[in-house]
Amino acid sequence: MKVMQVNAEKCVQCGECMAACSKAYFKEESPALSRVKVETKAGLVNINICSQCGACIGVCPTGALLRDASGVVQIRKDKCTACLMCVGFCPSASMFFDGTKQAEPFKCIACGICARKCPTGALQLINMPEAK
Amino acid sequence: MEMKPMKLLAEWSYEPAKIHRGYSRETLYIGLGNKDGNYRFEKRPVSDDMIEKFTGGRGFGLWLLWNAVNETTKWNDPENEIVISGGPFCGITQYPGAGKCYSVFLSPATKQTYNSNAGGYFAPFLKFSGFDALELQGKADRPVVVFIDGDNYKVQIFESTLKEINSYYSSEELHEYFAKDEEDKRTISVVSTGVGAKTSYWAGMNFSFYDVRRKAVRLKQAGRGGGGTVLHDKGVVALVVKRTHFTGLENDPADITVIQKAGASLHKRIHDYDDVQCKMRTVGTAHLTEVMNDYHLLPVNNYKFGQHPDIDKINTESYTKLFTQGMADGCWYGCSLACAKAVDHFKLKTGPWKGREVIVDGPEYETAAGLGSNLGIFDPLWTIEANFYADHYGLDTISLGTGIAWVCECYELGLINKEQTHGLELTFGNKDDIMELIHRIAHGADEFAVACGKGIEFARGYFAEHYGADLKTMEKIGMVGQGLEASEYRCQESIAQWGGYFLTLKGPQHDEAWLIFMDMVNKQLPTFEDKAEALFFFPCFRLWFSLQGLCKLPWNDIEPADNSIKYKGLEAARVPEHLKNYLDIYEAITGKPLSREGMILQSEKVYNFERIFNLRMGKGTSEFHQAPDRGLGPVWEDEWNARPEYFDEKLREFGENIEGLSVKEKIDLLQKHRRDQWEQLKLAVYKRRGWNKKGIPTLETVRRLGIDYPEVVELLNRHLRPEDEFEK
Repeated sequence: MKVMQVNAEKCVQCGECMAACSKAYFKEESPALSRVKVETKAGLVNINICSQCGACIGVCPTGALLRDASGVVQIRKDKCTACLMCVGFCPSASMFFDGTKQAEPFKCIACGICARKCPTGALQLINMPEAK
Repeated sequence: MEMKPMKLLAEWSYEPAKIHRGYSRETLYIGLGNKDGNYRFEKRPVSDDMIEKFTGGRGFGLWLLWNAVNETTKWNDPENEIVISGGPFCGITQYPGAGKCYSVFLSPATKQTYNSNAGGYFAPFLKFSGFDALELQGKADRPVVVFIDGDNYKVQIFESTLKEINSYYSSEELHEYFAKDEEDKRTISVVSTGVGAKTSYWAGMNFSFYDVRRKAVRLKQAGRGGGGTVLHDKGVVALVVKRTHFTGLENDPADITVIQKAGASLHKRIHDYDDVQCKMRTVGTAHLTEVMNDYHLLPVNNYKFGQHPDIDKINTESYTKLFTQGMADGCWYGCSLACAKAVDHFKLKTGPWKGREVIVDGPEYETAAGLGSNLGIFDPLWTIEANFYADHYGLDTISLGTGIAWVCECYELGLINKEQTHGLELTFGNKDDIMELIHRIAHGADEFAVACGKGIEFARGYFAEHYGADLKTMEKIGMVGQGLEASEYRCQESIAQWGGYFLTLKGPQHDEAWLIFMDMVNKQLPTFEDKAEALFFFPCFRLWFSLQGLCKLPWNDIEPADNSIKYKGLEAARVPEHLKNYLDIYEAITGKPLSREGMILQSEKVYNFERIFNLRMGKGTSEFHQAPDRGLGPVWEDEWNARPEYFDEKLREFGENIEGLSVKEKIDLLQKHRRDQWEQLKLAVYKRRGWNKKGIPTLETVRRLGIDYPEVVELLNRHLRPEDEFEK
């Protein structure tokens, strides 16, 4: 299963990951539109990115959230009704939205763009073995 | 699929209106003729005045019905309409509970206007097809299916080829008939009723949605008031709407970001706190049974008692085990409260589908109590079976439960006998015979079953005339008002709730006010003026949801964790943060700001208009605001003896010396005092609502609200008298 591994202790908060992500998917550099969020919480760096846990899949009323062949949770826009239940029910608050750009929510799909930009290895795209 | 191709009887194409700021500003009129095949189609404009005075939903329904009928129109005249309308919120997907609609019609049960709400996908799909409301008038010359094709912008009327009209059958067949494939079934919604509609006044309408996980049709009920009876009388087997494409922005809101933010925040709150608050996601409203039992509010044996030792058999735990967990049980997209619980793989033990495995929608609290404790039955499996057949036959589970509970008490009192019931032993708790009565009522199997199915008001006249039963006794114990059976709460010990049930527009249905805790438990309404204020505010506040296309549950069946810390008393009961969400979202949809006062004013216009409409139909005065003795206190000795110290104390609070009085004398005395209180409450409430002593809105009130249409003023002038005015 493809997943972004977070090594927060290596993060220098340069913001390259967020800029690359939002540029790739929304054609503009904006932390608000990034699928990875780097924040400071209680003085510590916190990197919020989907762990592909799949809790959202069970909540979606239309079956618009599905795990693909790589184990990544994907949103099928043709099925999504933009209800945002997945946003409220995400255990790590890693499902995002911005109605000025698109009605549907967005999330990390483990594409690796952010990891490639990360200068310190704080984000790494890895292949996790499936749980037996 | 069993059904054969249907013959097309009429067809029209239309140019769809574009939805802007929550409104398409067009309504759909379908005329069925007068059994002459003269089918008609019209698109009708929605005026600025209609939006300003009536907002949407129930308000639109009342205004369109007002223009369609006159004061002599009866429920089964062709002029009567069923109007279905959502409202400006209807169809948004980002905030829970925004798929509701109201159906408005002249009711066979109450002989005045009725409005009944339902979830399901019908109203959002209707709106996305270009219509703020659907008016259905006339009577078809044969059984028809009306199809609104929101994909191809056509309205078609077909001759039904359905083998039976019962709701689960017809809804499943029609989803299949109009869908291209399995995937397409979710784009369809069906409104139907069942065989109960042929003879009973209790038939409601089932609104469907397709559950993509279960791959099955689910039904939500506009159960109350006899809308299904009207639908059947019109010759309509089903209304079907289809709309494939929608985006979540279909309402073209002024500011989607406000709606998204409020919605995501409420989803999170439900995720975090529902399990420790109302458990709606796991058990729906059925969690209320034990709460009501704790406070003597659970109706047991026709509301005689409020508690029962077998409560554990029908409590949260019992129902949680029976409901399938972990499903997305919202009745419209985005409802994370997901209270539309269902029992899967339920094998029926009785009736025409005996032996078949079905999905049962519910039971909700009202059904768990009405077709449970109120019948002296504490067996969830029996209740689930009764729930299924009631829905399938189109029967309203509340009226069915309250009505049969009253019949059982009549039977136990010897007012009716086994010969008259055609062999049924209708004692409380007699599950087999009560289930058989449900089947007989649905099928109009005999004259006794038919009389029962027309409701308590009709049946007590029938029992008196044909069986010699004592009318006065039957009046004391029948929990009915304005022709409508009460919903499933005992209101005896809350004076404010007497009003919440019996000083209402359409009868004892708790959608206007549920004040029992505030009044009886928390003592927040000590004076008649306080109670009157609550009976002004909450009916208006709750009515507001019916104008918008909203469900009430996400307002206060989930609360911010600190709601009762940050706010106190009545303000806490209003759940200010959720109230603010509604005001913010209203503005974000329509582009028009709305204050708390403006919200109440929107409702007050419609509340008073509905009251005046009922006056026009020969009702709508204090004469029809009647409360039965059972609603005010104990009627028989066994009820008093269930809580003797409590009732003795209540009498002492009136300053009575009760030494040496028999229980019967005490009951008479308590009833006398409470009857006096009831009359005081009535006047206090009328005054606060801007009505006269006869319960009629004054000219001053209708002018203030801007609903002083010439017809309204002329009607009021015929009824208002100087001697009925309150002193200034």
